[in-house]
Amino acid sequence: MLRVIVRRLLQLVVTLIALSALIFIWLRNLPGGPVEALLGERATPERRVLLTKALGYDQPILVQYGKFMQRVVTGDFGNSIRTGDPVTEVISRAFPATIELALAAMIIAVGLGIPLGYLAARWRGRWPDNLTIAGTLLGISIPIFFLGYLLKDVFTQNIHWFPPSGRLTTGLDNTNVTGFFVLDGLLTREFDASADALWHLILPAITLATIPLAVIVRITRASVLDVLNEDYVRTAEAKGLRHRTIRGRHILRNALLPVVTTIGLQTGALLSGAVLTEKVYNWGGIGTLITDSISGGRDYPVLQAIILLAALVFVVVNLLVDLSYAFIDPRVRVR
Amino acid sequence: MSDPIIQAGTPTPRSGDEKPRPGMSERSIGVLGDRKKARLDELARASASDRGGISLVRDAVRRLRRNPVAIVGAAIVGLFVLVAIFAPLIAPHDPVQRFDELTKNLTVDSIPGGSSEFPLGSDPLGRDFLSRMIHGARQTLFVGVVATLIGLALGVLIGAIAGAFGGWVDVVLMRLTDVMLALPSLLLAITLVAMASRSSQWTVIFAVAIVSVPIFARLLRGSMLAQRESDHVLAARALGVKERNIVLRHMLPNSLTAVIVQATLTFAVAILDAAALSFLGLGDPDINRAEWGLMLGVDGQRYFEVRPELAYYPALAIIVVALGFTLLGEAMREAIDPKNRR
Repeated sequence: MLRVIVRRLLQLVVTLIALSALIFIWLRNLPGGPVEALLGERATPERRVLLTKALGYDQPILVQYGKFMQRVVTGDFGNSIRTGDPVTEVISRAFPATIELALAAMIIAVGLGIPLGYLAARWRGRWPDNLTIAGTLLGISIPIFFLGYLLKDVFTQNIHWFPPSGRLTTGLDNTNVTGFFVLDGLLTREFDASADALWHLILPAITLATIPLAVIVRITRASVLDVLNEDYVRTAEAKGLRHRTIRGRHILRNALLPVVTTIGLQTGALLSGAVLTEKVYNWGGIGTLITDSISGGRDYPVLQAIILLAALVFVVVNLLVDLSYAFIDPRVRVR
Repeated sequence: MSDPIIQAGTPTPRSGDEKPRPGMSERSIGVLGDRKKARLDELARASASDRGGISLVRDAVRRLRRNPVAIVGAAIVGLFVLVAIFAPLIAPHDPVQRFDELTKNLTVDSIPGGSSEFPLGSDPLGRDFLSRMIHGARQTLFVGVVATLIGLALGVLIGAIAGAFGGWVDVVLMRLTDVMLALPSLLLAITLVAMASRSSQWTVIFAVAIVSVPIFARLLRGSMLAQRESDHVLAARALGVKERNIVLRHMLPNSLTAVIVQATLTFAVAILDAAALSFLGLGDPDINRAEWGLMLGVDGQRYFEVRPELAYYPALAIIVVALGFTLLGEAMREAIDPKNRR
């Protein structure tokens, strides 16, 4: 077990180093590049030379990369071109918002997806199944930013159930402890802030949950159908076990293994979706940061750090998922 | 890849999809009586359709033609392609011409709706919206097809080299695709476009294409590796066929089916991703270009409050076409699965 963990961690490090090198070299060889981005309209040949020198871009690429990595391991990703703030600070300000949104979306996707997938499998070929499958196909075919606008239009303009954008009603005071607003409210006993944050969270979370939900429903359905056909389920039925016991202990425990893997793989889809969802609802997380870093002149240091962070999150989540496998499924441990 | 934990984490294609589920469609659920009945049906079908020696492809086509899902998917795709090809004949007006009748009624908060001459009304620049929708099929098909083909070509190249050579070449190439798969696909596409000096239709196509490369590469490589051990490759080798010909004539053609099916699914993802890039302001800057993703992502977004139809129609078109390709792709995937052969 330990050997597997160590091996995966080593692979993670190699992946991240390779990725950072790729992005680094790529960024510095672009037409335009960071120097142009920094200078913008005010670029003159003299200024260009000066800045290139000041940033160290006149040195060999390997030396530059070495220096970059030296700073990165001490947690220094440079400063944002747009605001001048340290990149780590800019990102850590936005990160909790996205994590809160992604977690809420995942709770919806898993909480609805597994029961729906199970029911679809049990009603295989009949209308509840067909309806669910049609729903999942629609879910993966709809551009999620369009869905966001649609939900926003219906639930904030026509019926005023939810607020149209942001994470909190303006003017409402909340104490920032963790950056997760719902949690902060609970920690500081400002329950109204917590409720308000939750109220703002619902529509964006539903929007972001669409694709993972569709995928989880389909995997659960397929996986349950596989398990239903197994001999041990028939044996359990023949033994006259209670339906609930068969469902919990025999069907779901086995059927959920591929679903767990899928949940890990959906991290990527969540991060992609967050960029779109956050723009629709003006959320102010990593997604908004990406959009701003692109539209307000290309903010390379920020983008570079976000890409590395996204890859790190994806790989770590999937590592955790794989490790959790060993605990859920005794067979993996034995081998 | 001998260790089950690693295998469990092998990424699957991003198209929002599960792994192919062999034999799913013909199975029954857990009630005993049902299963017996299904088993009998299965035997009946198997004996009825016992036609030895039929090729996998022909068998798959035969099964596709009986599958209503495949027919619906194919019909949507077919109609879409026809509209795209004959767009200039179908469209009532020139998609880029600005009509005085329309522009004179344009204000900041009102865009003319439908009339007898312009059934879907105007776009924000006084052009015929219906004609733009029809020509949109053409541009959307172009973006989707070219992006898919570029992704396919690069992916097949990488996958084939990895699968054919094996060893350290395989390890290096697969690590590279792993790195790409570790990035959220849209984020990778965004970065690619953002890093180009200025965006154009080609940066969008290229970005959307690159995202699909690792998926194609992994798929083809897996299939090639399986072929290496198979009997027909062994037979070819025993007959003294040159290694190069074994790869090109025996392994590659037999591995392509799965890749082609994936391409169908990739098309849907490509047009959705292109729309997303437009929405983020990274799309094609050409204001004359009528492409659904662009129409939805730019005008549809900007004028959603004024005239939501500008978003509804392109969105509906994208949804239907994406759905069509997905249905067709999934039906094909089910059909080529040898475990479904009866």
